[in-house]
Amino acid sequence: MQKQLAKMKQSLFDQGYLDEQFIQLEDLQDDANPNFVEEVVTLYYRDSVRLVQNIEQALEKNPLDFSKLEGYMHQFKGSSSSFGAKKVKTECTQFREYCRAGNAEGCKRTFQELKKEYATLKKKLEVYFQLARQAGPVEKACRPK
Amino acid sequence: MNLGMNFTSSSSSWKSNDKASDQFPAGLRVLVVDDDPTCLRILEKMLRNCLYEVTKCNRAEIALNLLRDNKNGYDVVLSDVHMPDMDGFKLLELVGLEMDLPVLMMSADDSMDVVLKGVTHGACDYLIKPVRMEALKNIWQHVVRKKKHEWKEKDFEQSGSFEEGEKCQKPLEDVDYSSSANEGNWRGSKKRKDEEDESEDRDDTSQLKKPRVVWSVELHQQFVNAVNQLGIDKAVPKKILELMNVPGLTRENVASHLQKFRLYLRRLSSASPHQNALNNSFMGPSDPTFLNGLDFQALAASGQIPSQSLATLQAATLGRSTTKSTIPVALVDQRNIFSFENPQQRNNTGKQQVNLLHGIPTNMDSKQLANLQQSAYMSQSNLVPSHTVQPQPRTQLLNDIAGTRVSRNGIDFSRSNSEMRVSKNVVPNYDVYNEINQNRNQDWTLQNVGSTYGSSLHGGPDVLRPVLVESGFSSKGQSSIPVKSLGIDQQFNSSLVDNSLRVKAEMGFENGLYSGHFGQDDLMSAILKQQEGMGPVGNEFGFDGYHLDNLPV
Repeated sequence: MQKQLAKMKQSLFDQGYLDEQFIQLEDLQDDANPNFVEEVVTLYYRDSVRLVQNIEQALEKNPLDFSKLEGYMHQFKGSSSSFGAKKVKTECTQFREYCRAGNAEGCKRTFQELKKEYATLKKKLEVYFQLARQAGPVEKACRPK
Repeated sequence: MNLGMNFTSSSSSWKSNDKASDQFPAGLRVLVVDDDPTCLRILEKMLRNCLYEVTKCNRAEIALNLLRDNKNGYDVVLSDVHMPDMDGFKLLELVGLEMDLPVLMMSADDSMDVVLKGVTHGACDYLIKPVRMEALKNIWQHVVRKKKHEWKEKDFEQSGSFEEGEKCQKPLEDVDYSSSANEGNWRGSKKRKDEEDESEDRDDTSQLKKPRVVWSVELHQQFVNAVNQLGIDKAVPKKILELMNVPGLTRENVASHLQKFRLYLRRLSSASPHQNALNNSFMGPSDPTFLNGLDFQALAASGQIPSQSLATLQAATLGRSTTKSTIPVALVDQRNIFSFENPQQRNNTGKQQVNLLHGIPTNMDSKQLANLQQSAYMSQSNLVPSHTVQPQPRTQLLNDIAGTRVSRNGIDFSRSNSEMRVSKNVVPNYDVYNEINQNRNQDWTLQNVGSTYGSSLHGGPDVLRPVLVESGFSSKGQSSIPVKSLGIDQQFNSSLVDNSLRVKAEMGFENGLYSGHFGQDDLMSAILKQQEGMGPVGNEFGFDGYHLDNLPV
């Protein structure tokens, strides 16, 4: 189990879905908060739904309010990077670039990409956490203390 | 972990936190503010892992309330920059001002200008998100550092030394400068000159690239908070400046504003018992030497200068200045002295005054203004409404200043309607002031009171005119002001008369306005008169008019 878990984690990193920050969060986990990272990610996906909706609405306006969009994206970026969502973060940065350039098409396109990455990561992490929960207790039970 | 303990008094606040005192930096009480729940949760966890005591909130308002309700409940504040309800920088300023806690800013935005903004607003540090544990582990250093500074500052200030310039955002020169100033060394034209030069440099040159100081409501609020925090008696510009932590604000700005503020307070109390206290406090950062020099009290007592009117004037000017916050203080400092605001008057007299003053050499502007200002401040301190920001454009400041003088003089005389011409005398005041500034330190002040012109005032314009010519233009050779300008007296007369100044003009001008030592006496009286005439000015200070009676005698 643990091996599987480790492997999955490694692949997430290799594929660039996650970055160092994720490790930071995992290091924070302890007996009192064994599923801390999962909590955080859950919190993130719950909270960011609202943000995604706001952005989508804003993208439907004509003309686009770039500064507002940039503001949203700044928030999004902050959130995503806080737990190491690397690809999502990259898309955020790209989006902001387009905002600054006033490129509406670029923004919309990037946002689609962003949503994709966002969704993909969510699924992958769900699997990961499930695995982690299964592996965790087992690990503790097995390991002599 | 024992580092904190070694900091003697500075760590006393930690010690007071019984829970954590023996586990420093563990137990450091952190307040973290971030509107993003994900980040907030992560930060909380990280901080807890550092063994800090964490309180989290997602809104700046809540954070402020928590801080205010529990002034000593936190050691450090960690705040996000972009928040919906309040800008992180604003929170930073408020916290630094009200609670004087170290504040660290965080943001995913790592662009230079934002980081710079954080630093200039006084952030102890700026963390780039995503925040890592290592960064959080070190935040205790900021707390220690800050306390150490404070401790050192206190120590130094008490001992009168000014080595501790760490906390000062001011350039080093400021420290030296302020030290001398704080010692009340306003007298001594030399020092004044130095100060003036410095202030001029600061104000005029863009070497420091300092923005003009505008005493906005916000800025003033910061100032007030700082003063309250220090205690009105102990509020010295240097400390206020540090507390305010506003980039680009100089000690002079604060000093002049403080003077006005004290005037305002005085006006509020406006009871004679407070007079002495006020006077002393007026001297504020500087010594009571100011007071001595001014001999204001004496003058007031002697009735030569209606103390009440002076106070009211001061209050008025102070109050007015606040309302006119749009005018940069820097500029104001120089010019405000002369720009005794008399909005009402200005309508009438302003133009005329301006006309009058066209002849005034521009050289009077910066240097003289600075000089005058300095001198005025020094000797009159409170008397001179330094911050009477003028609604008029700067270009007219000189005019205004002179004009105001004129008007004031005029007003003073308006009563008799004969001394309006006196207003012209105002023009030369600049020169006089400069002269005085350079020559006399504090002598000018009210010692001239009671000098000859009292009588001459009533003598009518004729008497004045000659005087005007002599006194005004002797000093700097600024006699460019044509005597014939006196002819405008009539205009002023009428306009001035309209002014509601009910100043006891005679008094003011008796102060030797025409004795060739216009200096402050004139200014004072002029201001007084003018102020009084201004009537209710909807300034922030809530002056609702000046009453001579209010002035402590």
